[in-house]
Amino acid sequence: MAVDPQELKSRIEAGIPGARAEVTGDGHHFEAVVSSSAFAGLTRIAQHRMVYDVFGSEIGDRIHALSIKTTEAETV
Amino acid sequence: MSETSNPMREAIQSAISENPVILFMKGTPEAPACGFSARTVAVLQSLDKPFAAVDILPDPRIRQELSAISGWPTIPQLFVDGELVGGCDIVMEMYQSGELHSALGLEATPPPAEDAPISIENRL
Repeated sequence: MAVDPQELKSRIEAGIPGARAEVTGDGHHFEAVVSSSAFAGLTRIAQHRMVYDVFGSEIGDRIHALSIKTTEAETV
Repeated sequence: MSETSNPMREAIQSAISENPVILFMKGTPEAPACGFSARTVAVLQSLDKPFAAVDILPDPRIRQELSAISGWPTIPQLFVDGELVGGCDIVMEMYQSGELHSALGLEATPPPAEDAPISIENRL
């Protein structure tokens, strides 16, 4: 069953404080570009884990693949 | 979580600690079974860094236990000196920035200049 990239976008933005996300995908494979001030000072591994953690066991299952690019957001 | 005997997990843990560079992937370096694994292998091979490779496909428990150990849900997973470096996205990013060279102990081509020069500029 296809998953709407918009759903991933809203869940990332709801799940990570201050996150802005752009998600594209074909319903199974997705690419997410996420920026958040919550990423400040974290390693890339830790930043990507925060994104994966939003979806838990859905990764690899309902969400077949999620490619992630994270950036630290400027504090406005 | 109880520390019951788990031969599969122990085998994976020893493989991670015994191999300075080890890639858990779908398929083999000669015949990768997934685009993400293929890209990661290509990067490692382009650096001429010898690495151990484990195909996770033959037994679903490999992936299950690996992800339990690493806390990382996707494949591939690259470990250097016993530490998870990342999956395909992170390895590619590190390759492009030159960080992967230093992480692998190679003569670095351009290492990343300073930490977060962009954020400093933007604040000024």
